[in-house]
Amino acid sequence: MIEAVGLTKRYGAKTAVHNLSFQVRPGAVTGFLGPNGSGKSTTMRMILGLDMPTSGHVTIGGHPFRKLPNAPRQVGALLDAKAVHGGRSARMHLLSLAQLAGIPARRVDEVLGVVGLQDVAKRRSKGFSLGMGQRLGIAAALLGDPQVLLFDEPVNGLDPEGILWVRNLMKQLAAEGRTVFVSSHLMSEMALTADHLVVIGRGQLLADMSVQDFISANSADFARVRTPDTEPEGREKLTAALVEAGGQVLSEPDGALRVTGVPLPRISDLAHGADVRLWELSPHQASLEEAYMRMTQGAVDYRSTADQRAHLQHADPYGYGPGAPAPQGWAAPAGNPYPALAGEQPNPYAQAMPPQAAPQQPLGAPAPQGIPQAPPAPPVPPAAPAAPSTPPPGAAPSGPADLTKRDSEDAR
Amino acid sequence: MTAPQPPQQPAFAQAPQPGQPGMPPQQQWTGPAAPYVYVSPIPVRKANLGDALRSEWTKIRSVRSTLWTLGVMLVLILGIGLLAAGVVSGTDTELDSDASPLGLGFFGVLLSTICVMTLGVLTISSEFGTGLIRTTLTACPDRARVLTAKAIVFFLLTFVLTLVATTLVAMFDSAMLADQWDGEFTGAAYFKATVGVSLFIATLGLVALAVGALLRHSAGAITVMLGVVLLPLVVAMFMFGESLEKVRKALFEYSIPNQLAVFYGTDASEAASGPTGWEPLWIVLVVAALALGGAYTSLVKRDA
Repeated sequence: MIEAVGLTKRYGAKTAVHNLSFQVRPGAVTGFLGPNGSGKSTTMRMILGLDMPTSGHVTIGGHPFRKLPNAPRQVGALLDAKAVHGGRSARMHLLSLAQLAGIPARRVDEVLGVVGLQDVAKRRSKGFSLGMGQRLGIAAALLGDPQVLLFDEPVNGLDPEGILWVRNLMKQLAAEGRTVFVSSHLMSEMALTADHLVVIGRGQLLADMSVQDFISANSADFARVRTPDTEPEGREKLTAALVEAGGQVLSEPDGALRVTGVPLPRISDLAHGADVRLWELSPHQASLEEAYMRMTQGAVDYRSTADQRAHLQHADPYGYGPGAPAPQGWAAPAGNPYPALAGEQPNPYAQAMPPQAAPQQPLGAPAPQGIPQAPPAPPVPPAAPAAPSTPPPGAAPSGPADLTKRDSEDAR
Repeated sequence: MTAPQPPQQPAFAQAPQPGQPGMPPQQQWTGPAAPYVYVSPIPVRKANLGDALRSEWTKIRSVRSTLWTLGVMLVLILGIGLLAAGVVSGTDTELDSDASPLGLGFFGVLLSTICVMTLGVLTISSEFGTGLIRTTLTACPDRARVLTAKAIVFFLLTFVLTLVATTLVAMFDSAMLADQWDGEFTGAAYFKATVGVSLFIATLGLVALAVGALLRHSAGAITVMLGVVLLPLVVAMFMFGESLEKVRKALFEYSIPNQLAVFYGTDASEAASGPTGWEPLWIVLVVAALALGGAYTSLVKRDA
């Protein structure tokens, strides 16, 4: 159990973490999310007693870290995969840490086996790849067989097999009754690994809730409906019927309709009643990534702008000069790709940026009061923690999230 | 994605393995928060300074910079000490009664201070440079214990190696030049030129270690230590003014090379002012104590 109360850290005039209070409970994997520079690593360092909070306090099992009896046997941490002396072999690195903590030396060979580094244990860690460094850091965290584990970006640099291994390891550690606190930028990874989320932005708490609650609170599920392309009048008829039934209809670039507020069977009934054939009627549950982007959009410190290349541009015969319209489907990064929906609880941090024009134009009648959530899609089958060799279905790890993508329903 | 587990849901605790011999009773942690449900089967033992010393010994012997700095140090002390004696013994010159053959070890030891100071700085600053210090302090939150262990291991290692090297040089030099010197080898002079010099060098290394802990930057701390050794001499050389004569003299007499030379000089050759006898050791010990005090305060108070 990790408990932070009013945690604040200032570096001169800059406030890295402000009045952060949360709890991390045993028996579950708690994800720690936030944009770059939002104070995740600072918070982790304060939990470990490496940085002193300016005010507030954080305890592990009721004690501040530096007052813990046998701290290395209670808490293990991976903060930085590169935090090793490059000239020291993996085994010597772990051996020195084990000796420092009073852990039997044979435990070193155990954890080397657990992370799969036994064959390179004698090699100097200077030649290690980032992924091998992460494995070495995880080995160091597991040395004391602790009840509380902190991992800062553990899957950075790991190959797909390694990502799957880390995911199963986290779940297994949590299933054994340990407290597992993991920070990551990979939303798809967090959606598969974490049970609970702590989200911060600009050093302040944005959310502290379960993954499912987080997604449903910060996104709107919708149904995708497509009528035959050959019959545009059918599309209009269906839109009118849906709006009449209290739904909200947005048109997508490819001609499909995005319907919220009407359950799927009812859409089918309405289409049947309006005598419109459907080519597609599919449920879409928003991804963790979409929910996260919607929540943190105002709390991002480092935001990219469009690359203008203004001074390098000669007369362009193809018409893609700075003034030319961007190809369709590429929203300018300055625009807000996740506008607040009608009836959505406005996120206070999202107000830093005035809402831009919505990417989809509402069709038909005014938006109804509040949007009932569409029935959530059946949950993805859990990744089996006991079978690391067989990848669970739908668990293909995806690369870093493409932030300009509008919707990534398939990210889970 | 698994369903989120409510916190009160009991997770299964792993029972201690029955086959573990000498298992102490597992202490259940009862803080204000919920008790832990996972209990490690590995017996819990409270770590102490001995564990930290073992750890630091593992660390210092497992990196090549230790091998290089101490190797070069041995080569300098032995090589230059024996070479100087060899050159003198080949020339048939009679040594002054003031200048003991033991003094020929001085130049090698003086150069070797660079190696000792470098290793002293690197012992701690390399951990800050790589970020390893955070891992270390997570494994041992008692920061004073970490610094104490580093200081003890580094001090003993350099002291023993310097003692071996200076003793060898003193033995060979006095044997080679016994015919060309009419003075008398005293036990006290031997003791000063071996144990005294080694204590002085190792303590100087402790100052470097403390500076490394204060600055947390390898190159910066090494530069500072080289400045401490060289700057007083260089500054003194360029002080021409009559009014600065006293400052110049003090800078010269209390510079590290001159203090080191005191260990090799016979008492008669000493001037009326300046350190004599064992005074340089007391001076460097006080400096090291002050620097280490600052290093302890800095390490405990500052964010790692």
